[in-house]
Amino acid sequence: MAATMKLSTLGYAASMLSTGLLDEQFQKLLLLQNKSDPNFVAETITLFCEDGEHTIGELTKRLDKQCVNFDEVAAFVHKLEGGSASVGAKRVKNTCIQFLEFCKEKSRDGCLKTLDTLRVVFYEVSGKFKDMLQLEQQQAEATK
Amino acid sequence: MTVEKRVSGAGGGGGGDQFPVGMRVLAVDDDPTCLKVLENLLRRCQYHVTTTGQAATALKMLRENKDQFDLVISDVHMPDMDGFKLLELVGLEMDLPVIMLSANGETQTVMKGITHGACDYLLKPVRLEQLKTIWQHVIRRNTKPRGSDNDDAGQKAQNGEGENGGANRNKRQSRRDRDENGDDGDDSDDNSNENGDSSSQKKPRVVWSVELHRKFVAAVNQLGIDKAVPKKILDLMNVENITRENVASHLQKYRLYLKRMSMDASRQANLVAALGGRNPAYSNMNSLDVFRHYNNAYGRYRPVPTSTHSQSNNFLARMNTPSAYGMHGLLSSQPLQLSHAQNTMGTSLNDLGVNNGNLIRAPHMSTMVTGTSGNSFANISNGVSLAPANRSVQPLESSNRQHLGRINSSSTDSFSSFAGESPHFPDLGRSSNTWQSAVPSNIQELGQNGSMSQATLQVNGHRMEPVSSFTTSSNQITSLGNEMQSQAASLASSTLPMVFNQDAAPFTFTSSTNSREALNSNLAFSNSGINNSLPNLRIDSSAVPRQALDGGNAGGGASLQDGRIDQHTTGNQLNYTNDLMGTSRLQRGLSGSLDDIVVDMFRPDNDNGGLFIDGDWQLV
Repeated sequence: MAATMKLSTLGYAASMLSTGLLDEQFQKLLLLQNKSDPNFVAETITLFCEDGEHTIGELTKRLDKQCVNFDEVAAFVHKLEGGSASVGAKRVKNTCIQFLEFCKEKSRDGCLKTLDTLRVVFYEVSGKFKDMLQLEQQQAEATK
Repeated sequence: MTVEKRVSGAGGGGGGDQFPVGMRVLAVDDDPTCLKVLENLLRRCQYHVTTTGQAATALKMLRENKDQFDLVISDVHMPDMDGFKLLELVGLEMDLPVIMLSANGETQTVMKGITHGACDYLLKPVRLEQLKTIWQHVIRRNTKPRGSDNDDAGQKAQNGEGENGGANRNKRQSRRDRDENGDDGDDSDDNSNENGDSSSQKKPRVVWSVELHRKFVAAVNQLGIDKAVPKKILDLMNVENITRENVASHLQKYRLYLKRMSMDASRQANLVAALGGRNPAYSNMNSLDVFRHYNNAYGRYRPVPTSTHSQSNNFLARMNTPSAYGMHGLLSSQPLQLSHAQNTMGTSLNDLGVNNGNLIRAPHMSTMVTGTSGNSFANISNGVSLAPANRSVQPLESSNRQHLGRINSSSTDSFSSFAGESPHFPDLGRSSNTWQSAVPSNIQELGQNGSMSQATLQVNGHRMEPVSSFTTSSNQITSLGNEMQSQAASLASSTLPMVFNQDAAPFTFTSSTNSREALNSNLAFSNSGINNSLPNLRIDSSAVPRQALDGGNAGGGASLQDGRIDQHTTGNQLNYTNDLMGTSRLQRGLSGSLDDIVVDMFRPDNDNGGLFIDGDWQLV
């Protein structure tokens, strides 16, 4: 079961990897999953998706103001950067790095622009993650 | 989790015999994704993991039970509390190793982490391989306190066992008896040994950075080497995250270092002076040869009159000169050179017809040694040299003896740490690479060569001159104790004027500092125009040394003659010396260089022949 799940996940992961959406960190996550924690990957990427959405919401809200608190914004971006790095969401991570640069420069425009990019890449990866999870779940149910 | 099965072993050890399995880690990160990944990775390493997303919660958990965790991993950026702040608090309150974690790998941030006390800094995404070795930080913390004790003895014998506080303590006790070092440092060292050994306390590893060490030296100087007890030093230093034990062990090492420095310095000084260059290789030269050479080279040496007093005085004068030179060279280059000076002095002593054997043993030797860089002084004075020196010095003997005796006791400390024997200079003449080893060897040689002994005699008696040079070292000598210090100080301060503060008068470091400065300046002169100063010094030195020696004695040269070198406080002498030769200048100069020297010493720098290499100074 775990193997099956993994296979499908791996298939998904492989495609995401090849498109550059994910990096080898995700592979490591997959390897970390074992019997003692069979849902590790699923839980982790779920957390990532939820947290990421929340972060993007916060960022949107804060950048919407005229007077932007760049430190706060940077803190959120930094958090997302860490999370994305941990799951291997490469594009998200790189976008966050760009985002942080703009925060340093205190460029609202730059930040807004990057936020848009961030939104795009984030939903792209989170969408794929959700599909993956769904697939795994279906597999799990199918093998029951 | 399976990891828990081994946890029970050691309360704080986190895993007992199968450490690092079961090491208890507290992971703090506000990002749930990262936290989850980290948790999984840590579990993979078979650690026992507790996670929390809030720094406040983490602190609470830690405070509830300080022995609950072995290691903390924390993110840098957290909403409720800055990661660095948490890092500081954990380090201060719980003495636990903290590893920082962040996606931000900028040098500045990493630096900040390190300066706030983080043992390590990991970048996200964290790799399993990295986590597999984080347990090393726990071990390091646990063994650190003991290690420092071991190091400061620099004596394998003493702390060879490292963990064996009891053994160390015994050794120190015996040494102490000989040395009569009233310094509390010993006690504290013992205590720290004991504490370290017996309790396996986790103490934060104190890294003695240059800055920290300077503060330490300043504090020690301010207190006076013989009065410098760890507690007071700690108070003066006013630095956080340092325990008395840390200071104690550091002090011990420092003393040893000073001793060695003085011995080496004198020798080196002689050599350097003679050879006009700084070359650690010189240390291997026969001190006598060097000394003679030096004498010849500079022609400053006058045959030492046979009269004891005059001899002493002359010798001192001569010694001052060489020492001045030596000191200069030494101080500027290496403390080791001072030992040369001592060697040369030894030679002159020979001329004097002083009994080498006596000399060696006499505390004079110690003083001579100290002249070198204060290290030698320290070494010698450690009581080992002092004792004999007293005897050998003629007129001075009586006074010296007393003084020396005192010195011995005080210096014994440092000295004994080296030789662990009663005053006896095995190898004073030899400047070994490691200052620690140098001391005993020096001492022995002294006995054998007589050169050193002579030198020391000279020093002790009247030779404060070399001491002046040592003054610089005198700072270092702090540990030596008043007597030594004064001697050293005098040496150092005058560089030339051998201010032999026989008097155990508290060798105030202020004076030594002055002398150091003077010495420095003297030294500075040496290269360029020290010759000029030397003559002055010489003259003065004869006068000065006496005065210095006299300390309180009206600084009349006569005092030297009388062989009473310094019944008076060294401080007086030093001051006097300073006045005399403008030593203050030298000293000032010297002090500067001394700092450098000290810094150098603590640097894994082989110029000094590994001066401090043996000591496990943590120089960061």
